[in-house]
Parts: sequence; C-alpha cells; structure tokens
Amino acid sequence: MKDLPKAKDFYSRLAHRPDSASDWMDVPVEIRKGMYCYAANPKSLDTLGFPYARDWNPVEGDWKLPENWQQIIHEGFKERLERFRSFKVFMDICVRCGACADKCHFFIGTGDPKNMPVLRAELLRSVYRNDFTTFGKLLGRIGGARPMTVDVLKEWWYYMFQCTECRRCSVFCPYGIDTAEITIMGRELLNLLGLNIDWIATPVSNCYMTGNHLGIQPHAYKDMLDFFVDDIEEITGVRVEPSYNRVGADILFITPSGDVFADPGTYTAMGYLILFHYLREKYGFDITWSTYASEGGNFGFFTSHETMKRLNSKMYAEARRLGVKWILGGECGHMWRVITQYMDTMNGPADFLQEPVSPITGTRFENAKSTKMVHIAEFTADLIRHGKLELDKRRNRHLKVTFHDSCNPSRGMGMLEEPRYVIRNVCDHFYDMPENTIREQTFCCGSGAGLNAGENMELRMAGGLPRANAVKYVHEQHGVNMLATICAIDRAALPPLMQYWVPGVDVTGLHEMVANALVLPGEKQRETNLRGEPLEGMEDDSDE
Amino acid sequence: MNVKYMYSFLAVIVLFLIAYVGTEAVGLQWLFGVLIPYAALLVFVIGFGRRVMSWARSAVPFRIPTTCGQQKTLPWIRPNSIDNPTTTGAVAVRMFLEIVTFRSLFRNTRMKAKADGRITYQLELFLWLGALAFHYAFATVLVRHLRFFMEPVPVPIKLIETLDAFFQFGLPVVYLSGVVLAAAVLYLALRRVFIPTVRYISLANDFFPLFLIFGIAFTGILMRYFAKVDIVGIKALTMGLVTFSFPESEVLKGISGLFYGHLFFVSVLLAYFPFSKLMHLGGIFLSPTRNLTTDTRARRHVNPWNYPVKVHTYEEYEDDFREKMVEAGLPVVKSLEAAAAEKE
Amino acid sequence: MNDKGKIVAGLVIFLVMVTFPFWYNLGKAAPAPEIVLSAQAKAAGACVLPKAEIKTEHMQLLDVWRDTVVREGQRVYVNAEGKKFDMSLSNTCLDCHSNRKEFCDRCHTYASVDPYCYDCHIEDPKENDQ
Repeated sequence: MKDLPKAKDFYSRLAHRPDSASDWMDVPVEIRKGMYCYAANPKSLDTLGFPYARDWNPVEGDWKLPENWQQIIHEGFKERLERFRSFKVFMDICVRCGACADKCHFFIGTGDPKNMPVLRAELLRSVYRNDFTTFGKLLGRIGGARPMTVDVLKEWWYYMFQCTECRRCSVFCPYGIDTAEITIMGRELLNLLGLNIDWIATPVSNCYMTGNHLGIQPHAYKDMLDFFVDDIEEITGVRVEPSYNRVGADILFITPSGDVFADPGTYTAMGYLILFHYLREKYGFDITWSTYASEGGNFGFFTSHETMKRLNSKMYAEARRLGVKWILGGECGHMWRVITQYMDTMNGPADFLQEPVSPITGTRFENAKSTKMVHIAEFTADLIRHGKLELDKRRNRHLKVTFHDSCNPSRGMGMLEEPRYVIRNVCDHFYDMPENTIREQTFCCGSGAGLNAGENMELRMAGGLPRANAVKYVHEQHGVNMLATICAIDRAALPPLMQYWVPGVDVTGLHEMVANALVLPGEKQRETNLRGEPLEGMEDDSDE
Repeated sequence: MNVKYMYSFLAVIVLFLIAYVGTEAVGLQWLFGVLIPYAALLVFVIGFGRRVMSWARSAVPFRIPTTCGQQKTLPWIRPNSIDNPTTTGAVAVRMFLEIVTFRSLFRNTRMKAKADGRITYQLELFLWLGALAFHYAFATVLVRHLRFFMEPVPVPIKLIETLDAFFQFGLPVVYLSGVVLAAAVLYLALRRVFIPTVRYISLANDFFPLFLIFGIAFTGILMRYFAKVDIVGIKALTMGLVTFSFPESEVLKGISGLFYGHLFFVSVLLAYFPFSKLMHLGGIFLSPTRNLTTDTRARRHVNPWNYPVKVHTYEEYEDDFREKMVEAGLPVVKSLEAAAAEKE
Repeated sequence: MNDKGKIVAGLVIFLVMVTFPFWYNLGKAAPAPEIVLSAQAKAAGACVLPKAEIKTEHMQLLDVWRDTVVREGQRVYVNAEGKKFDMSLSNTCLDCHSNRKEFCDRCHTYASVDPYCYDCHIEDPKENDQ
C-alpha cells in the first residue's frame, strides 16, 4: 500500500482521452509494476498437469516460450471458435460503437485506453482477423488485422489480467458482447503456453489437492472452525457444534474458504455457524460441512473451462458420497456464476439429489430444482419472511449499511432483492448507492477473477475506484459506515479499498449481521458483536 | 491526418469514379448495371448464409445469459421477467426489444470524472438515438426502393412512400428517410472522429461502411432532387434485373453515370456485408448472453462436447490426509488399519 | 442444445426476404411503359423544353409556372428558342397531351409517382367544356 500514489493524486492523473494521434496497435505494452501479478509458480502448474511449467518473469524480455507457441495459439484459437459460439459471434459482430468504453471500472480507474472493453477484445480480434478471416488476410493492418507476435502475446497477458470478468460491459452492449467471455478465452490460450499468474495457479493447485484455495488441510480446517466455535461461545455463551464430512446429513454446506481464513470473512463464517446452530436447536436442522468440498469459489474458472470443471466436480461428488438431499451454498460471487451457469451442465445431472425444500418453512426452491443448490441469501430471506428467525435489530443499529452487489450474483444470476431483504430485516439503516452503480449496473471491487494479489495493489485500487466512489457518496450523504457484500473476494478486497478511498467504512458479510441480530436460545446478554466490539447503548434502549 | 478515415474516404471516392467513368466514358453499362449487381447479390446471399452457418456450427456449451434484473426465486420477490427471462416467450420479448428498440443501448450512460473527485454517470442517449434513426431510416429507404423492383407497385409500398413524404415539401416531394439517413450517418461518422475514445477504437472497417452508405444516400438524394435521372429507364433496368429480361442497350446507355455510381455503391455494400462487422444484423440473433433463458438452475443445459476431466477424488484425498483426519476426529471411509493392510 | 433447425429456418426466411422481388415478379414480364403521343403533340413536334430536359424537369417547370402565375400574375413563358407559351397545365400541357392516361399516368404509375397536380386540375379540361 505504501508504494501507492495518494488517493487524491490519483484523480489528477486520470485522463480518459487517449492520444488520438497514435494508433493503438503501435503503442507497445509496458508491463508496469503495481499493475501486474507475478508469474505462476511452476510447481503449481505441475500439480495440475498444465503444460510448459517453468520459471519466467513478466518484466523480462524472454518469456521462455515453447518454439511452436504461435502454432499452439492458432490451434487453440481455432478450437475455441468451434467450441464456443459466444467467442465466434463476439469476434465477428462488434461494431466498435464505444458504448462499453466508459463502463469498465479498469478504464475508469486507469484511463488506459486498452482497458476499454472493446479494445481488450480487439487485442484478440485483430489476431482473429489475421488468422481466420479473408478480409483480414487480404487487407492486413488497414483491415484491422495484425500477426501474432511476442509483443502481442505480452499485451494479451497484461490486459487479460486487467479484467475481472465482471460483465458490466455486456449489460450495455447492444449485442450483448461479453468481455468476460473474451477474457476467459484469452486466459485459456495463455494457459496453453504456461502463462498464468501465481495468484490464480497456486490456489487452483491447492484447491485441487486439499479441496480449497488456501490449501487448508482437513485437520486445520476443523481447527479453524473450532476457533470460531470458541469465540462464539465467548460472545454468546452458546457452544455451537458444527459437523464435518458427515454421511447421512440432510444438507451439505459449501462456502468459500476465504471466510474461514481472514477477517472480516471469518465473522461471516461465524454467522453461518450461529445460524445453523439456531436452526438445529429450534427446528432440528441437519447440515454438514465438508473438508473435501471446502471451497465454494473456483479459481479454475479464471484458468480454463476444463480447470473449472475439475475443481467444481467436488461439490456434486461430495454431496453424492455423503448422501445429502441438497446443497446449500455460502456467500460468494464467482462461485455462484459457476453454480448457476456451469455446474449442472459440466458435472450434472445431479439426479442423486432431491429438489431443494427448506426443511423449516417447506418452501420449494423451484428455481434450483435441477442444480439442487440454494444460495444462503435465498434460504435466509425465506426464513425471515416466514418469521422463523428471532432477530434483535438493535444490535446492528450502530450500522449504517450500504450493499455492494457483487458482479456475478448480479449479472450471472440476478440475485438483487434477497440480500437487501435480509439486510433490511437485520439492520435499521440501509442506504443504496446511486442507481447506476448497483444491481445489474454494479461496479466490481476491482480485485475479482483472481486479481486480488498484493503486488498489483495499484491496479486494484484503480479498478475499485468507481465502487469506492459510490460508497463515498453514501458515506458523505448518509454517514454510511458499513459496506455489506455477499462475496468472499469482496470481503478480502474491499477493506483495503475502503481504507484507501473511503476511510471510515468497514466491510461485512450478510450473515455476520444476521448472526449479530439473531437471538440464540439460551444465550447470555451479548456485550459485544462478533468482532468483539462493545455493543454500546444496548442497556438503556427502553428509553427511546 | 488519420489514415483510417482518409483511406476509407478515398476508397469511396475511387469506387464512385470507377463506376462513373466506367459507364459515362467507357460505356460499361452492362458491367455496372447488370453483371456486378448480380455478382454482388450472389456474394451477399452465399456469404451471409455461410457466415451464419459457421456460427450455427459452433457449439453453445453453456447457458451464459447476462442477467439484467431480479431472478425468479421466492414467490414473493417479483422477478424481472424480461431482463432475466426464464421462459422462451420472455426471451423472445427480450430479443424483440433488443433488436427493435436497441434496449441495451438505451441504458447507455456517460461517465464523467469531475475535478472534485466525484464520478458521475448520466443517461446518454445520443448514440441510441443516432443508431435508431440510422437503422430505421435505412430500412425505410430499402423498403421504399421496392418500387423499382415490383410492377405493379403494391399498395403497402406506396403507403410507405406517402408516409415518408408526409410533410409534402420540396419537389419532388422530400422523403424524410433519405435526409434522416444521411444526417444519422454523418452523426455516426463525426462521433468517430471527434470523441477521443471512439476515435481511438475506430478502424478503417468502421469508417468505410459509413462513408459508403453516406455515398449511397448522397447519390440517391442527388438523383432525386438535383441532377435528375431517367427514372423510367432505371426502372426498366431494375425490373430487368429481377425478371431476367433486360431492356435494350440504348436504355442502359441513356441512364446517367450518377445512377451507376449509386448502384455500384450498393453492390459494393452487398458484397462487403458478409465479411464485415455489418454481420451484426445476423449475429445479434445468436448472441448467447441475450438469447438464452436464465433458468439455468432449474433446467439443465447440455454441452455437446462435455468431456470427462481428471479430478482429485475423495478417495485420493483421504489417502493423502487420512492420518491427520483421524487425529483431528474427522470421519474417514477407510480406517488407518484398513488402509495400511491394503498397502501391503 | 441443437438450434441448427431454428437458425436455418431464420436464415431461409431472411434470404427469401432479401430476394423477394425475384419471387414476386416470377413469371411476370413488366416491360417499361410505352407512352402514346396524341395527334396534337405529334403535330406540334416539340415540347416547351427539349425532350430529355422536359422528361426529368417537368415537375420543376410546372412548379415555377404555378408560382409565377399565382404570385406574380405573369402568364407568358418564353423558352430558349424564343417561343411563347401560356403558363398553364390545363391549357398548354394537357392541350397537346390530351391523353393523360396513356401519356402522363403510364410513367407516373410505373415509377410509383403520385403527383398532386391532379388533385385540383380536372381529368380532361376539354370534356369539362362540353
């Protein structure tokens, strides 16, 4: 953080006027410190059986590419054009109207014209024209085509890892061109040459072997949750008893491992534990955690479709092994894009599971009848709606909350109202950010799609600027002091972003607030919230 | 000077001169009036078909619609059935609005980073308006031109002409569509030149069709209002094209070179179409982020090339960590003893 | 998902629409109209303007005539050859070209032109006189 420019200096450097005297094809890529992530550790690639694992450094001239790398890219490109209509159509039909240009958080935050979604796609499209279209071959440069060179490859790498696949541009595109698709394909192609970043490759390798991105081994996973159990007992006086890998449980719970690992996600994890305990005590709710399927997120999605499938397979495999009825999923962003739009297709059909029904309210989750996986915000919203939770909102009344719609639940799923409903029922003060920055138009945290590393902090602060700017608005207008999210990457990425741009705003998960409000049977008078911060003024509220 | 638009501009000028000189000076009326238009139409039909079929051949492995509104979940939460369509009917509505009203473009905002550090996003509809004006004017012009290709001219075509000339000014009466078309094209071209970001992303491929279409509109307007041409002779030619019975060479020679320039522009546009971004006409129907239902959790989508992948199974996982799991009190499928026995 | 059928169907519809004029005119011959010159016109030998010019510019000429007559009260037109004419659609033009159906209308209909001259100017002034 300390290398970063001062937040207020950031603005003065921002210009959204590209130098129109030059042609973007003539502007060489400059791989700049603070804007890129370190190259993948070859060990991680080896674990996964990925090709061309080697030590290489993005800022060095020689990337140690295989001799026939151009051929590999060409053939990989061709194969993907055949496999994905999205890719082929998006390569062909863009008219470069520019509607997407100022919709990208990275363009807004960096002013780098190659971060305009259209130009990010043109990086690939120019090569597509050269390799696969008659006009491109015929006209060359004036037809917008250029051959694949090492410099182009470097440009791809730099900018494919400056996109968080948030899909905001695709909302505005008149043809629905989705830069996430372009970036996904670009990254797949780069992976064919062993050109991944370590912040993605190592979590993927960890997840493959240990079941979660952080590489937490089964005993350690249990240990970490046991810490939460102790903390919860200290705060509430109630000892919750999570179960692990339990065959015969009704429901399997899967959530991103980030919430087990680092604040403030840990408080959300504690929230889950408290909620499940409450439901078990009151309604006999039967749920198990798994150390094998201990990752909701899927950094494989940021690597390739195949890798996504390899990691995702654990969810259904574990559900089948444990013999549960259905799966409940925790708060996570891209996890839910994978579950909503990919899982059933890749690893389904989940015919060994049952159509999800809330055992407490009897609500059938018909929208999830094929994947058999329910989002915990849907689940909790349904509980609240049916009056099944005893909530004491006063415990959250020091919070002035705004809600950050995470990219994937918004634009890859459409879960907009459920979390808001939950927030309104557990907090007194809720203020939405301006409408062009929320719901389907929400801005990314700037660190998604595997870019939440430490070495690219400047990129992250730049990419998060539009989000932070909107938070700043409600912070100044309404005194908002808490930014609620339903994404583990957000919980990891937003605190430094807030610290940088909007000091005074903290970050929370939805179920941390739920658990703070939830009145557990047999609990003691709570003096602090889950963070151990004193609950001020709780004693004398009868005066108000 | 920007090479991209200068080249495109010059290309259009040269194209016109080729046809004009080719007919007026060299006498190649048959070439420009008959052979090239046929060839262009053939290229268009075959090229368009092939391009669409090449898209059709590519698989749709996943259902990846962009959800632009509330999903359908709990019965008491109102879903946005158009922007998050769960049924084919709703998708049809979404596609219809997208294609007919450019709905996504209607959301367009313009970002402004202000000096005081505020960033604002305001509704910005000029692009939407310009695009809509352009497409509808072009469509009207096209339909109106059917009067040259049908005999007798059907009433609906006449009706459209009458509506198009609604304000009855000028002589011959001014068709609004032609004027709007030229103005919209000009706007779309100017924004490419003057908005820095759009200028930066624009290719020659973007300027060329705009200039070409402007050329078409311009020559058309010229022929109708200023340098008038032999309409009856032209219709004799155009009817000849669609009935394969051509008028005598004298008639062709009697038509102004301006017309052949116009016709050559149209021919070039037709032939250029299937190989260019203009294929968005067909592509928009096939955009997977718009034309698929969002009920992906309720109805399974099948990937035609789904193949088995290497996974790390639970059994392998337990083998990796069995001792630690037992020590931590986590249940295992195979006890330590059983695993040890198996090893031997 | 197999949507090839739908795509082909859509494509065929589109291509049929594009080539619609070919289908519409199938089996129909639509030769350009022959216009008939009346006896008077033949006898006169020349029109107000040379043939090529009057063919493309007659609407402009009539427009000018109308304005000149109505606004300036001026009724005499002198052409390039110095010949004088009464500026009148009914009395000059239609005097020679008394066969509107075979002369004016044939081209107008063919080119789908619907001049509003005849909204006021009656079919055949001669007939009216009688």
